[in-house]
Amino acid sequence: MIRIANGQGFWGDWLEAPVRLVEQGPIDYLALDYLAEVTMSIVQKQKQEDPSLGYARDFPPLIGRIARQIRDRGVRVIANAGGVNPVACAREVKRLAPHLKVAVVLGDDVYDRVDEFLAGGHTMKSLDTGEPLTCIRESILSANAYIGAFPVAEALGTGADVVIAGRCTDTALALAPMVERFGWAETDWDLLATGTIAGHIIECGAQCTGGNCQVDWQSIPDMANIGYPIVEAEPDGTFTITKHPGTGGRIHSDVVKEQLLYELGDPNNYITPDCIADFTTIHLEDTGADRVRVSGIRGAPRTPFLKLSISYAWGWKALGTLVYSWPDAFAKARAADRIVRARLQQLSLAFDEIHTEFFGINACHGPAAPATADPPEVQVRIGVRGADRKAIDRFTRELIPLVLNGPPTATGFGDGRPPVREVVAYWPALVPRELIQTRVEVIE
Amino acid sequence: MKIPLLRIAHARSGDKGDTANVGVIAYHAKHYPILVREVTADRVKVHFGSLVKGTVERFELPNLGALNFLLNEALGGGGTLSLRVDAQGKTLGAGLLAMEIEVTPDEVKDAVPF
Repeated sequence: MIRIANGQGFWGDWLEAPVRLVEQGPIDYLALDYLAEVTMSIVQKQKQEDPSLGYARDFPPLIGRIARQIRDRGVRVIANAGGVNPVACAREVKRLAPHLKVAVVLGDDVYDRVDEFLAGGHTMKSLDTGEPLTCIRESILSANAYIGAFPVAEALGTGADVVIAGRCTDTALALAPMVERFGWAETDWDLLATGTIAGHIIECGAQCTGGNCQVDWQSIPDMANIGYPIVEAEPDGTFTITKHPGTGGRIHSDVVKEQLLYELGDPNNYITPDCIADFTTIHLEDTGADRVRVSGIRGAPRTPFLKLSISYAWGWKALGTLVYSWPDAFAKARAADRIVRARLQQLSLAFDEIHTEFFGINACHGPAAPATADPPEVQVRIGVRGADRKAIDRFTRELIPLVLNGPPTATGFGDGRPPVREVVAYWPALVPRELIQTRVEVIE
Repeated sequence: MKIPLLRIAHARSGDKGDTANVGVIAYHAKHYPILVREVTADRVKVHFGSLVKGTVERFELPNLGALNFLLNEALGGGGTLSLRVDAQGKTLGAGLLAMEIEVTPDEVKDAVPF
């Protein structure tokens, strides 16, 4: 049996979680998930400004903080913290923790190969819109292939204490140690599906230990000290989800079910680079306090494609708010929206979209929100987006004047006019798997 | 009689681009057939009205007593493009639990109390 913990569900998750996982009980592997779709464009920009950057900058200091414990306890760290510069990330880790062996997985970054792919007849049509990539070729900021568990397992095979990948899948972080330790083959579809689903359950950190959980949430113990998840994986393709004793939170089959359904598409066909997992074969069993055993998982052969995560400069947006108080707060907020829209129209400004929401009324659920009586206050938020930065900038000057020249009791304008923000959009596409060659390097 | 879905189910929601996913899970396995009967793709589409611009797809997971819904074009463009406060659809699961379903008193006599 091996214990694989997840100590980071996204870049920005609780800084104490990985430290506590290492200190509060036994684990063999510490998986840390840093990358979201948008993150790749952020790190790409950082690398363009400074070639020694372009990775999750929280990661090296974390390793520096836990270097002694992971060495003493034999914990091995697996993270997709490399962004678009895994080697620079590894060098910084080595600087802060010189005694650790660090390996990187390379080959996912295809930013410099886009034209080669296009010339080879790969149109990289958007999986969302069907448009060919040539529509946005000049705006591309980053391009990475999602790679699976086998290159990461190969890096573990070097004996590295820390394995740093770029855009590997979240699920691969947990599957890779099973592949490496249990010797699973690239065609062991049921076993690979099992490890993939284990990875899916823990990839969002505390979301499977009681965080963001609707089941009796007020009774979940000690959320301030919530435990992050640990998979106890067996070579036979079963595993148990648990957490360190004495930590907060709750692990129960109801909680695990919520996380299984999180960001799920077709449950029969959960596609990763490693296999296709079938969520309708999962069997859950509560086997003790904070212990859920998972078994029965079936998988199917992987597809001949890998998914690309491409980001590109789309345009600009800005979002501004005002607060109106009782009485008639909602009516005042709606009037403010009408006035702003009328003034924007008079200026003949063109936007891709103008969107208004009323916080305290129906911003979250729209038409599904229940009707409310005259509320004590309402916040109106108006957003615009478009390709013309000047139009967006002009919009940001149209909200605050309403404090003096619109409906009564407007407040909440203390931060001044809202910032204009660049919109980096995401373009998912497929390429034949054989175009992507990964390799592992040990950083000395 | 009519009860809110909240009485017999919990939910979690998330995003994939401009598509929101809503997983609805019966507290008790024996209430799963009520979900299958009452919480149809069409009714989910009607419940969210203009919030969902595209189609609603439904998938069944009887092993978990759960249904998974895909709400297409429901997130204002999704990701960084969206101007919505809930650009990732995090609250739509809770929003669906407000939906009223038709049950007999006998079917839900041991449903969790709220």
